[in-house]
Amino acid sequence: MAAQAPPTADERVGKPGVLDRLVVRPEIGSLLGALLVFLFFSIVTEQFLSPGGVATWLDDASTLGIMAVAVSLLMIGGEFDLSAGVMTASTALVTAILSTQLGWNVWLALFASLLFALGVGALNGWLVMRTGLPSFIVTLGTFLALQGLNLGITRAVTGTVQVSGMRDTDGYASAGFLFASTFTFGGTSFYISIIWWVLFTVVASTILVRTRFGNWIFAVGGSALSSRAVGVPVMRTKVFLFMTTAFAAWLVGSINILRFTSVQANQGIGLEFQFIIAAVIGGCLLTGGFGSAVGAAIGALIFGMARQGIVYANWNSDWFQLFLGVMLLSAVLVNNALRRRAERVRR
Amino acid sequence: MTSVRSARRSALRVGLGMAAVALLAACSGPAASNNTSSSGSPDTGSATSGGALKVAVVTHGSAGDTFWNVVKNGATDAGKALGVTVDYNSDGDPGAQSKLIDNAVSQKVGGLVVSMANPDALKTSIDAAVKAGIPVITINSGGDKSASFGAIAHVGQEEGIAGEQAGKKLKEAGKTKLLCVIHEAGNIGLNQRCDGAKTGFGGTVTNLQVDINNPTDIEARIKGALQTDSSIDAVLALNPQVAVNAASAVKGASSKASVATFDLNADVVSGIKAGDVLFAVDQQQYEQGYLPIVMLKLYHDNANTVGGGQPVLTGPGFVDKSNVDKVEEYAKRGTR
Repeated sequence: MAAQAPPTADERVGKPGVLDRLVVRPEIGSLLGALLVFLFFSIVTEQFLSPGGVATWLDDASTLGIMAVAVSLLMIGGEFDLSAGVMTASTALVTAILSTQLGWNVWLALFASLLFALGVGALNGWLVMRTGLPSFIVTLGTFLALQGLNLGITRAVTGTVQVSGMRDTDGYASAGFLFASTFTFGGTSFYISIIWWVLFTVVASTILVRTRFGNWIFAVGGSALSSRAVGVPVMRTKVFLFMTTAFAAWLVGSINILRFTSVQANQGIGLEFQFIIAAVIGGCLLTGGFGSAVGAAIGALIFGMARQGIVYANWNSDWFQLFLGVMLLSAVLVNNALRRRAERVRR
Repeated sequence: MTSVRSARRSALRVGLGMAAVALLAACSGPAASNNTSSSGSPDTGSATSGGALKVAVVTHGSAGDTFWNVVKNGATDAGKALGVTVDYNSDGDPGAQSKLIDNAVSQKVGGLVVSMANPDALKTSIDAAVKAGIPVITINSGGDKSASFGAIAHVGQEEGIAGEQAGKKLKEAGKTKLLCVIHEAGNIGLNQRCDGAKTGFGGTVTNLQVDINNPTDIEARIKGALQTDSSIDAVLALNPQVAVNAASAVKGASSKASVATFDLNADVVSGIKAGDVLFAVDQQQYEQGYLPIVMLKLYHDNANTVGGGQPVLTGPGFVDKSNVDKVEEYAKRGTR
């Protein structure tokens, strides 16, 4: 949508400078934060910039990033999904139980768990839209329900709290190749989850900023009533967004189960807040209608770099959460300051 | 907005380029079980004598857990005593734990100590460590997989045996109905303890699931279970924090049940003294932190291994009224 330059310059229309144009991007705060964190750990530690080090923190950021991007779309659409963390374990458990206990082919089990995930996502969306309850409450319910299902079904079927033995299932090698293999780049092996993360981010970002559906997402997050009045299918948009986070949870769950070949019944609890935090660092607002998918991916990158960087720096891990909290607050403050400036530019 | 568009396009291109690189680069899928990865003991001649040694300890304990705090103290004390740099990290999520192991490998540490609550999930990372020539010692759990993963030793207690002994001891105390409280949903070792207790106890054993991060809830649930079934006359906690909650739940439900527990802390010790807790199965986890550092130091300086391929057992020992006074002062300083 290149703007047509007016034939004669009008003194009432100012042209924003490069800096001002940059500052209105929602992900700029997270980009600065990522640069700071990157430089800091690169200088303070030796291994952070070594190929093995880079592979480790990219790996750490990748699965978080996939989820953060999906959650950022949902948050731009004005909703939360607190069940997203546990969903990563639920989908892995469904896949693992079907293939190890019932002897299904892994591909079939993956497909079944995808259907399961999309079903839960659709249920979340439908409940939120039909009841008018805040999604925070509805998905909190789903979160607790899934947590119980994870433990209950795992115990009932296997008699223990972990499902393992994926290596011996049909189709493990081919499915593992797609979700959990490594590729060698410059002599260092990287996990394929990093590629999934990049792909997912590119696709999500393209949808968000280049398509009509992306406009709908911003619209329903900004004001559901107004967007309904101008003909945006609010219900369809929001249900689709919930299904997107469920799909991402399935992707992450599949990556995890094929890579670690076992899954614990209590996995994924508490991760939902990390997804939200990463999205917020990336410039999403809790009120919806504003944010960026790329920003969320960068937010996840900050998380991964900090998490592994703290270890490389040999800091006492007791302080880890404190550091994360402080970093989150500073990122949000920077975002806030930039956004205020951005709003001045816009007007 | 043209600049933004082109930036977006180039981002797309970079993404596609990376994907293409990934497809062109030598991909290697995860090994299925029929082609087993190389394992076995690392080259024993590779131990260099002397020189600085840095050991990474990566456990599955959650931060702030009393049990793992003692393990951490053991590892750091050993490090101080032997002049070994010890780096302790932990994460209860097996995926995150494996990333911490990868992290240690890329730091080229001189030794690695890992607790394997979920061995399968850590296999790839531990394989990488063994391949990189880093001596690995497993602690606390996962002893049955330790040797096949290529670790040079395992330090811990056999959960099944410990559970069985605890069950036997309760049976000797004349108990008939036992409630076994599991506090971590994903930990196989805890289930093994309850199963072992069932074997040794002989009477009826019911399991109760609680969340270690929520003490109020633990107490309420145990109280509820005791009130629902007044014939329960023994509660087996698998963690000292849970034991303390169980003791107050027993009081609150005015039940006649005795509390026994795995592991120690200062509260459990005073509970034993006061008669609120019958006994504690002590796996002496301080040793699980301390011994691996000693063993890695010996391996590093003198190519020694310990255990002869068998796990080095740190438990079960029992603490009851007879020996509680000795243990008390040590529990207070966080080493028992």
